[in-house]
Amino acid sequence: MANLKDLRNRIANVKNTRKITKAMQMVAAAKLRRAQEAAEAGRPYAERFNAVLGGLAAASTGGDSAPKLLAGSGSDQVHLLVVMTAERGLCGGFNSSIVKLARAKAEDLLASGKTVKILTVGKKGREQLKREYADHMIGHVDLSGVRNVAYDNAQDIAHDLIHRFNEGEYDVATIFYNTFESVITQVPTAKQVIPASFDAPEEGATTSTVYDYEPSEEGILKTLLPSGVATQVFSALLENAASEQGARMAAMDNATRNAGEMIEKLTIQYNRSRQAVITNELIEIISGAEAL
Amino acid sequence: MADTMQFDLVSPERSLASLQATAVQLPGTDGDMTAMANHAPTITTLRPGIVRVEAPEGNAEFAVTGGFAEVTATGTSVLAERAVPVSEMTQEILDAFVSDAAAASENATAENLDELAKRTVDIAAMADALGLTVKA
Repeated sequence: MANLKDLRNRIANVKNTRKITKAMQMVAAAKLRRAQEAAEAGRPYAERFNAVLGGLAAASTGGDSAPKLLAGSGSDQVHLLVVMTAERGLCGGFNSSIVKLARAKAEDLLASGKTVKILTVGKKGREQLKREYADHMIGHVDLSGVRNVAYDNAQDIAHDLIHRFNEGEYDVATIFYNTFESVITQVPTAKQVIPASFDAPEEGATTSTVYDYEPSEEGILKTLLPSGVATQVFSALLENAASEQGARMAAMDNATRNAGEMIEKLTIQYNRSRQAVITNELIEIISGAEAL
Repeated sequence: MADTMQFDLVSPERSLASLQATAVQLPGTDGDMTAMANHAPTITTLRPGIVRVEAPEGNAEFAVTGGFAEVTATGTSVLAERAVPVSEMTQEILDAFVSDAAAASENATAENLDELAKRTVDIAAMADALGLTVKA
């Protein structure tokens, strides 16, 4: 049986760990609230934007004049996977689930003879992917200095994506991130951003009004598409931020509970050993007295 | 009293205004326009400038750096890339606008050079209207 001092030390250790995980959980909860607010505040913009752009895009696809960002480069040989993960760990399966989805997609593409390039956003995804796909990595965006993601961050990423697309570095870009559903569920999502794809507008929902366009439909489309990429990247970043905090909160809650259970078990063990020691001493004293 | 319509001003990060307005003056790319209730459905891109809102409970002004506006008979939505209430507009924010435009001009292609040059001029005009100056 482990000796008493060891047990005492272990209990103290686990108690410290529990304090840390508890604190992390509370911090995550506070950050989650903020991230959720940000995600909600950003939603009206993204929804309207996609509705308008979707309507415009639907009208213009098929035409020869459709901008390259919408129509694509005419091939789908080179795929760019933009993997968005967290900068920090200790958030359960958050990072792994995104990486897993991206990895499955990469394997799929490689198996069908396509070229795969990977751009990572967030340190954790890069660490996990560079083991297998070091040759495919073409860049990394570091957001570790960013406390709350702003539209500017998304714009920078979008500029980079568009720039690379115009240079002909890739044909199709897909972003990978976690969609926030609730604190316990985050859904890893893959979304194609270039060429732009839009959820098909609901039947009869948007087609009822005929708009006048200023300057022209094509002109508007051309100016809006780059912002469209930025908007999609931004909502992905926001969803990701909320998901990360949600996942961390759930993970830390679990850890706190586990630590609690462990403390209980160790305490019982400690008390038993203490009892055994006392009983032993008593027996020794009594048998010593009897021997006299 | 004139009819009112719903006016929304949203930026990617937050919603800045959502109110009933009688008229909204928009800095369209092809020229200023004023939207009132029962306007024909229009979508226009915006240049850097000032959105002026006339509402029964008071007027409001916002500086925007671009984006677009969707006008329908029942409402006007402005989706601005950046928007700041004029009362909160400071030299720092203006400087940020200017440096953004400058950064965009640096990697300009021949195609959109004119567009970006116009943007710089528009920002200067906006600064003038606000009583601020663009640093050279």
